[in-house]
Amino acid sequence: MNNSKIKTPMPSQDPNVRNSNFQEVALGYTEEMAVSEAERCLNCKNKPCVSGCPVNVRIPEFIKKVTERKFEEAYEIITSTNSLPAVCGRVCPQETQCEGRCVRGIKGEPVGVGRLERFVADWHREHQEEEKNNVSSAKESNKDKRVAVVGSGPAGLACAGDLINMGYDVTVFESLHKEGGVLVYGIPEFRLPKDIVAYEIDNLKAKGVKFIRDVVIGRSLNVDDLFDQGYQAVFIGTGAGLPRFMNIEGENLVGVYSANEYLTRINLMKAYKDEYDTPIKKHKKVAVVGGGNVAMDAARCAKRMGADVHIVYRRGRDEMPARAEEIQHAEEEGIVFHLLNNPVRILGDDKNEVEKIECIKMELGEPDASGRRRPVPIQGSEFTIDVDAVIMALGTRLNNLICDTTEGLDQNDRGGIKIDEENNACTRPGVFAGGDAVTGAATVIKAMGAGKKGAAGIDAYLNK
Amino acid sequence: MHKVVYKRQLSHDMFWMELEAPYVAAKARPGQFIIFRVDEYGERVPLTMAGSNKEKGTVTIIFQAVGRSTSLLSQVEEGESIADITGPLGRPTEMEGLKRVCVVGGGTGNALAYPVAKGLHDAGVIVDMVSGFKTEELIVLEDEFKAAVDNFYLMTDDGTKGEKGFTTDKLKALIDSGVQYDEVITVGPPVMMKFVCKVTEPYGIKTIASLTALMIDGTGMCGGCRVSVGGETKYACVDGPEFDGQLVDWDTLIARNAYYMAEEQEERDHVCRLTGGVRHYE
Repeated sequence: MNNSKIKTPMPSQDPNVRNSNFQEVALGYTEEMAVSEAERCLNCKNKPCVSGCPVNVRIPEFIKKVTERKFEEAYEIITSTNSLPAVCGRVCPQETQCEGRCVRGIKGEPVGVGRLERFVADWHREHQEEEKNNVSSAKESNKDKRVAVVGSGPAGLACAGDLINMGYDVTVFESLHKEGGVLVYGIPEFRLPKDIVAYEIDNLKAKGVKFIRDVVIGRSLNVDDLFDQGYQAVFIGTGAGLPRFMNIEGENLVGVYSANEYLTRINLMKAYKDEYDTPIKKHKKVAVVGGGNVAMDAARCAKRMGADVHIVYRRGRDEMPARAEEIQHAEEEGIVFHLLNNPVRILGDDKNEVEKIECIKMELGEPDASGRRRPVPIQGSEFTIDVDAVIMALGTRLNNLICDTTEGLDQNDRGGIKIDEENNACTRPGVFAGGDAVTGAATVIKAMGAGKKGAAGIDAYLNK
Repeated sequence: MHKVVYKRQLSHDMFWMELEAPYVAAKARPGQFIIFRVDEYGERVPLTMAGSNKEKGTVTIIFQAVGRSTSLLSQVEEGESIADITGPLGRPTEMEGLKRVCVVGGGTGNALAYPVAKGLHDAGVIVDMVSGFKTEELIVLEDEFKAAVDNFYLMTDDGTKGEKGFTTDKLKALIDSGVQYDEVITVGPPVMMKFVCKVTEPYGIKTIASLTALMIDGTGMCGGCRVSVGGETKYACVDGPEFDGQLVDWDTLIARNAYYMAEEQEERDHVCRLTGGVRHYE
């Protein structure tokens, strides 16, 4: 038993070194650190952590195996419910999920569940030469049933992973030239190395999942074509879609980006590497508008590209939707926060290029529908910041491409695809959906949970 | 991988290429575009299709080797392959209810105007085609246009072939001579399209412009291709690429499209020193 009130510290790159490279920030536990941290777990009977996990990883069980140094067995326990542990261990908001419910968190820091999950997944990747096929739930009768999964982000990968384990014939369609969705175009290398994503996708390929890239469902093929081609069920996990802008003056000036565009240039297209052709500007001073994880990612990328980076967010620090760890990392790396400030307009020069951003100071009023205190502008407090680029990280709205080209697919009141919460079935029989395409921008793990529910829904539908 | 099945050089820097892309060919319609990527290190580049063949599973593109990626593409030979082709993207040209149309193409834009003009003509619309080029040696598709439209008007800036003058001069002359157009469709450099719209506006003739904007994914995700149309922000990839040209904020579009010129130049010079400008294909 380890009675320390704090987590075993995570070794990481020095902030002033890492803010100019794209290598991973957190370096991972050694075996000794992992065992020591695992010994902090009380192995509670009622397992509050498990109920906090969207995919119900059997947390105390795998941690017990870590204390016994049976790392491969720990891995098998995790992967019985979570197909992407190396990803989740890095990007899940554990503080609001498993760790948020940890009993050790009442008097001190919770057990570092995420860090341990990451350790186990990385240990497995480094020590295991061949993947074992988890075929325990595979049914012979499913092998002639074909399922199409649209989108290879977290929802699609989780859905495909469960379906292949059940024995189905699974094909994933990806619109981009590389699989992984937001895991490759959105989340930066320094938070989630791309070879880890590639490894997880290779695992799925080894199990028999087929991937077809460069096919846009709704354009290259539509949902009806998929049924015509013999697919008996379709899962839509197309992600969040179109970036939101503020609709303020100057937003179409040259040098104003959506976070999606800025991050895609860097992460998917690898514009930061010399040998890749996609261009990127080396900005001097950048304003990033927003307070979520995407804003932190964009800011930290811009910093690594050599810019002086300023986050502009209309609410206060406590209201920021980004994970505490991401905000802390951004601060350590020298990113400046302008809290309770809201952009009013963006001003350009005679070449239509960004010159400055005008903001207004805000104060917090009564709580709004989200339960957070509503920011109210302070009249007459406008001021400008000189910048040569503005990155808008304000969330996304649904891309209508699939709904518009598919009969009988209704939308929910948030503009997402309408589903039955029980089984993720859409209003059209045989079609299921999950992830940001349903909920709007959320987290990797929630999308994975939805992918798994969709897989269960499809299994029930095809076996009824 | 997408194999080049046919390649023809049209002028010193214009190329006609037919590539295998069965998914795209099965659905492609005039006015739509593809995104190509030459190899693992390549950019994603949007290009309006010049045609497609469903039976052969191929698409035809006509392009000018001006930038980094189009130069690389122009070096790919018959039998060799490029990494990616995605599509068809964007909305097809709307043809319903049109009786007579003038299509105005400028430079490379003529290649992109060709399938639109031919498609309209095949659908029974009377098509007048005004094609403008800088000079005689840059002229492409003259015979193809003559065969595909009702009236073909060739213009060169320097008068080396056809009539001397700009496409806008010819368009205005045609309108002034009393030809009644339901619509003008223009494809070409943004500056030319801007002036085509200025010509037609006083006559109240609806003018559709096919925009080429910078973009990455082509499905609405990046927002890089946004353009202001009638004060509203639209995405060229999913809402376009064709818009009411009289409502387009041309100056912002022109500035946005020119944004990476310096980087592009640097990239070209950079590679020239290292490898002589040639990258090997997988």
